[in-house]
Amino acid sequence: MADNLETTVAFWYLAIAAVGAGALMLIARNPVHSAISLVIVIFHVAGLFVILGAGFLAVAQIAIYAGAIVVLFLFTLMMLDMRRLPEERVTHRQIWLGIPLGILLAIEGVVVSVGTPEISESIKGTFPPATVSELGGSTEALAVALFNEFTLPFLGASVLLTAATIGAIVLARRVETHEQADFPQAADASSSAEAPAEPVLEESAR
Amino acid sequence: MMLNGFLVVGALLFALGATGVLIRRNAIVMLMCIELMLQGANVTLAAFSRYLDDQAGFVLVVFSLTVAAAEVAIGLAILVALSRVYPVVNVDQLDSLSG
Repeated sequence: MADNLETTVAFWYLAIAAVGAGALMLIARNPVHSAISLVIVIFHVAGLFVILGAGFLAVAQIAIYAGAIVVLFLFTLMMLDMRRLPEERVTHRQIWLGIPLGILLAIEGVVVSVGTPEISESIKGTFPPATVSELGGSTEALAVALFNEFTLPFLGASVLLTAATIGAIVLARRVETHEQADFPQAADASSSAEAPAEPVLEESAR
Repeated sequence: MMLNGFLVVGALLFALGATGVLIRRNAIVMLMCIELMLQGANVTLAAFSRYLDDQAGFVLVVFSLTVAAAEVAIGLAILVALSRVYPVVNVDQLDSLSG
């Protein structure tokens, strides 16, 4: 994508809005306001992905982050009930160390970013814009890379998601060991009721 | 050059997230700040991928989204489980292990 005037203006707007919303997230006293600021950051980073010519990533970003992750945050805030928290102190007592370290990290990152040299032709990869448009677009090019070179990590990601889902259910489940200890007959009855189902399943599998 | 601009945005988002993890007390806001750090890393990955004419960075952003979703699910489940034992969400009050 050419670095024309429209792209430059859009980039500056998206960059300033994303960083500004990120700063708002830090200084908001109410955790719900922090979550809303995170949504603003996510939408503007999605805009940056569009400028970079990655439309699929922008849509996935909005669907996964704004649609799933932030909603999960808001649900947890609702479950833990933090209505009385905004009156309390919101910063950790190590703030005197955290702020200088953060500023140092920001300066370091900006210096390294500004000092990044122009990318020479010799180190460029195998997907120049001509190849991408020949494949049919950025999403198709992403799919070609994802399902050829990165098939194994892709399958690993599905295993990770399954493990995380099961782990989250097990962790957040209410533990009811006391009730089972009080009523041992009920636990025996449920296990004997489940037992006949297994041979049937095995027979149908054969 | 545009690449440096994207890298600066990514670095600033990462630094803001790291600062938030250090200075906020609320564990849920700290998890949100970790998401902010991941956003900064994603911007950097996508910018390098675009300007290097390589798809690997975009693919890594897809995996980063996946890992972020898994991380948030586990982190919030741990917080919910923790809140049943200790009804606080501020990390400096969870000091049973400190001597």
